[in-house]
Amino acid sequence: MGLEQKLGNMGVVTTSLEKAIGWARANAIWPLLFGLACCAIEMMSAQASRYDLSRFGMELMRASPRQSDLMIVAGRVSRKMAPVLRNLYDQMPDPKWVIAMGDCASCGGVFNNYAIVQGVDEIVPVDVYVAGCPPRPETLIDGILKLQAKIKQEPLTKWQ
Amino acid sequence: MVKLVSQPICPVADTRDLPQALRQALSDKISEVVVFRDEVTLVVPREHIIEVLTHLRDVQQFNMLTDETCVDYYPREPRFGILYQLYSLPRNLRLRVKVMLSEYDPKMPTAVGVYRNANWLEREIYDLFGIHFEGHPDLRRILLPANWQGHPLRKEVPVAVEENAFSFNRARIDAQKPYATE
Repeated sequence: MGLEQKLGNMGVVTTSLEKAIGWARANAIWPLLFGLACCAIEMMSAQASRYDLSRFGMELMRASPRQSDLMIVAGRVSRKMAPVLRNLYDQMPDPKWVIAMGDCASCGGVFNNYAIVQGVDEIVPVDVYVAGCPPRPETLIDGILKLQAKIKQEPLTKWQ
Repeated sequence: MVKLVSQPICPVADTRDLPQALRQALSDKISEVVVFRDEVTLVVPREHIIEVLTHLRDVQQFNMLTDETCVDYYPREPRFGILYQLYSLPRNLRLRVKVMLSEYDPKMPTAVGVYRNANWLEREIYDLFGIHFEGHPDLRRILLPANWQGHPLRKEVPVAVEENAFSFNRARIDAQKPYATE
């Protein structure tokens, strides 16, 4: 008694390798445990029981960049922090993605001054921008689902 | 039945006698004493600041340097004001000491010998205003990266770094913004 009997004769499923790999990558993203400001509080809330990010295969925050493939830049990045952020990004193995969470990480937000990087896309390539100050956990989850949709249709040649 | 009387745990902050006492003790070393709403400010010439601070700490019991900071009064000359915020724990009094500095000679003797916590405060003033503290044991930048150019809290530094903030004009944004390349 198992799944096979309930579904009947499963036979063969045909798909492309690209789709199979994209599906596997998209549903087991390990984000980097990395928060810079108040957006990190919303990121923690998104993982906690009320919003439960683990429904989408994202619950495993890794404290090491070498084990993670998604960087959620949660908060404003100061000019002094920028080399550190780039260093963390360089240490992550391919394939890797970046979400700029919140207005400050996306474009500098209200901090149009000398100390803050005007958008983290000056330092690392960003895949999804999540707006809000800070974005609610639903918004972050929506951004992550957008990223999943993006990963699922990425060609294999990209990361060679 | 004994009536409980609350004892004051510290003396009441009364600055009424302070200006006169300071004028008498430091008459030849200060340029003026300003009193505004019970706040006392000593304006001191640069060459006497260490003597005045030492006197205030040892004789007047201002044993704590709460803060040391700087103000840029740009169009005016002298341009910079170095401010020492002092507090006396035994007397429960606060005092502000101010030194005006010229734009063309932004140098100060260091107060590290009098108040040791002036070390990091003076490094911060050097970092953000470019005031040089002579005799400081370790005058490096403290907040900004070591390779930073300029002193960003000076008035000549523009407030905003992004000209077309909050714009939807992609062409202008792309022309100005340095994007990361992988």
